[in-house]
Amino acid sequence: MAHAAVHDDHHDAHDHKPQGFLHRWLFTTNHKDIGTLYLVFALVMFLTGGSMAMIIRAELFQPGMQLVQPEFFNEMTTVHALVMIFGAVMPAFVGLGNWMIPLQVGAPDMALPRMNNWSFWILPFAFTLLISSLFMPGAGPQGGWTLYPPLSLQGGNSVAFVIFAIHMMGISSIMGAINIIATILNMRAPGMDLLKMPIFVWSWLITAFLLIAVMPVLAGAVTMLLTDKYFGTSFFNAAGGGDPVMFQHIFWFFGHPEVYIMILPAFGIVSEIIPTFARKPLFGYQAMIYAIASIAFLSFIVWAHHMFTVGMPLGGELYFMYATMLIAIPTGVKVFNWVTTMWEGSMTFETPMLFAIAFVILFTIGGFSGLMLAIVPADFQYHDTYFVVAHFHYVLVTGAIFAIMASVYYWLPKWCGNMYSERWGKIHFWMSVISVNVLFFPQHFLGLAGMPRRIPDYNVAFADFNMVSSIGGFWFGASQLLFVGVVIHAVYFSKNRATSRVWEGARGLEWTVPSPAPHHTFSEPPKIDNSMLAHGDVTH
Amino acid sequence: MAQTQGAYYVPHGSHWPIVGSIGLFSTVIGAANLINGGHGLTAAPLMYLGLAIIVFMMFGWFGTVIRESLSGIYNNQVDVSFRMGMMWFIFSEVMFFAAFFGALFYARMYSVPWVGGEGHGGLTNYYLWQGYTPSWPTNGPGDIGGSFETIPAWHLPLINTLLLLSSGVTITFAHHALRAGHRRALLVWLAATIGFGVTFLYFQATEYMEAYQHLNLTLGSGIYGSTFFMLTGFHGMHVTLGAIMLTVMWFRCAKGHFTRENHFGFEAVAWYWHFVDVVWLGLFVFVYVL
Repeated sequence: MAHAAVHDDHHDAHDHKPQGFLHRWLFTTNHKDIGTLYLVFALVMFLTGGSMAMIIRAELFQPGMQLVQPEFFNEMTTVHALVMIFGAVMPAFVGLGNWMIPLQVGAPDMALPRMNNWSFWILPFAFTLLISSLFMPGAGPQGGWTLYPPLSLQGGNSVAFVIFAIHMMGISSIMGAINIIATILNMRAPGMDLLKMPIFVWSWLITAFLLIAVMPVLAGAVTMLLTDKYFGTSFFNAAGGGDPVMFQHIFWFFGHPEVYIMILPAFGIVSEIIPTFARKPLFGYQAMIYAIASIAFLSFIVWAHHMFTVGMPLGGELYFMYATMLIAIPTGVKVFNWVTTMWEGSMTFETPMLFAIAFVILFTIGGFSGLMLAIVPADFQYHDTYFVVAHFHYVLVTGAIFAIMASVYYWLPKWCGNMYSERWGKIHFWMSVISVNVLFFPQHFLGLAGMPRRIPDYNVAFADFNMVSSIGGFWFGASQLLFVGVVIHAVYFSKNRATSRVWEGARGLEWTVPSPAPHHTFSEPPKIDNSMLAHGDVTH
Repeated sequence: MAQTQGAYYVPHGSHWPIVGSIGLFSTVIGAANLINGGHGLTAAPLMYLGLAIIVFMMFGWFGTVIRESLSGIYNNQVDVSFRMGMMWFIFSEVMFFAAFFGALFYARMYSVPWVGGEGHGGLTNYYLWQGYTPSWPTNGPGDIGGSFETIPAWHLPLINTLLLLSSGVTITFAHHALRAGHRRALLVWLAATIGFGVTFLYFQATEYMEAYQHLNLTLGSGIYGSTFFMLTGFHGMHVTLGAIMLTVMWFRCAKGHFTRENHFGFEAVAWYWHFVDVVWLGLFVFVYVL
């Protein structure tokens, strides 16, 4: 509180805020404004991709063709994935990074503020391009988000548009990641040593490295698709000496680190929230950092576990199986440390904590099903079934999305200066956590029974679980409208003002500035003493 | 436009990013329409308009940064941010080339031998491509693009290697001259670097014409043509970009934009030029010689 008072002397909440709507949002170089843009964009994309999921679940409600054409169903599965991955989860994390990293390391802004603006403002154009491809002659992309040739090359005019959209998303991600690395390495306030940084900052540092390393590889892979379709190259054509499986190798060399790009910042968020509400410092702070770094390293050498059934040599299958299983070790370290942080803590269960605990439990379920998929002989059975769909939705929805929800509840009072409605937050949580299990848990059974993914019709034997899953899906989808309501209420209507610290157990520099955080913070580097910090040589 | 915040420089709003986005958007829509066989204003003209907008954006954006730099409002911390930005940008470029080198290695080590029946590819060969003997260079069992000859490594490619290696030396001489404050020597060595780069591009164009007109080696010549032209082509685009950047630096040096201590623009271009150089060495060894 004392720190907040000091900052209040220097700022009022409206200092140097540019006037005029367009000028403010289009030309902004302010990390908070750009963070808000990213988060709002991610929410819009989440609802867009979510509507597509509703169409998928509606079609699968009963066996037989119900509502849509098979081609449209395939477009929905493809674009749902691309929108959720590149439009919702990744921009949400970049938005959180933009808002919180400068506040958490005591920096006045991001290192390269103009480029920060460009990173964001490429995205709306890229997604306009992607979604417009649905309305093109020859229809939109139908080959799945993984874009495997030759299927993905059989599309119409949309192929070129989708590939260019992916190029633009890649440019945006790379610039965002460069900015985050430069901010973390160059902009920390004096005294904010690397091993005192919040875990969220650490997780983003490592994630940004992954992004810069693999987004260009995706760009290369889709460029080869483009030239194979339009310029007569033979990268993925066996008749010319190429190999369609080669695409899968290049794609998954990007794709597996990409999976961790979507979960490492979530690890960081949960590692911030659990200590706050357990009122204990994070157990094994350095071990948590090493675990994130190990997971990031391993992510580069396990890609072919997505391709066990394509006909790899046995040695390759064995290597990728064992390497994949190794990831369970650092991930286990993280789960144990989260649990141990809660052990004997004075816990309270506000909405962010509820989401964080649900994350730990449900992400672990997703991790275990991942371990099952890592076993080569078992994967021959599970490959391309609903078991895989269940697995990655547990890690992405109850993992990444739940962590994003947790972080919004956790930091929203810092962003807008008002408390959200705890009652409606909790209702949103319980609706989400129950419905998401109704939605995805039965899909494990469907997959084990042999139901293939990406198929609009199915054997009547799968009818019951599909109906249960669809009901869960509509329920989960509707519950997210509550989330929109809670956020709008907190930002515009809530009369419950937040304090600087917001949460009793919160530690870290972001809680030393007033709520809402002024437009410019830390114009002068803050004086750091360890009692303010959440990690490092903490004295509380 | 700008304001120094305590110890750190935070620029105020800028319209250049949104201009760049509009340029990028127009370029890719135009390009996509063009390769889909489109005619009229939304194809090639839109693409060129987009490219023109991007060039306009670069003049404007870099111009703003140069003016701010000359007015002395950047401090050491801003300089370090720029350095990190450039380093990680070059790393991302390295990974882009890694994808294409990976495709080359995979084709040579795995896919070509497998279609030829090696390893576990026996049945593929027996049922689909009987009679195909794997070799390199190849355009595959389907003889895609017809038979072709390759560019001999020890002629133009060797000269090109020597040209780029020499350019790496001359740009270092130019940098030393800059640090010693000898502007005349700086301009001469920088001009020599640009000359080497442009000569490289001229030979590369000659090589492409030879390949297309006499050797029947084209982008469509199976996996060999694909990897050959995509790797050397993307490299050539990077040399072109690098040569343009060097030319801009020549004019900036001539105008006296740089001081002995403070010349990050020059250094960034030099880093980029060395990166292009190193990629070429990989190309020379793995694409031409082996």
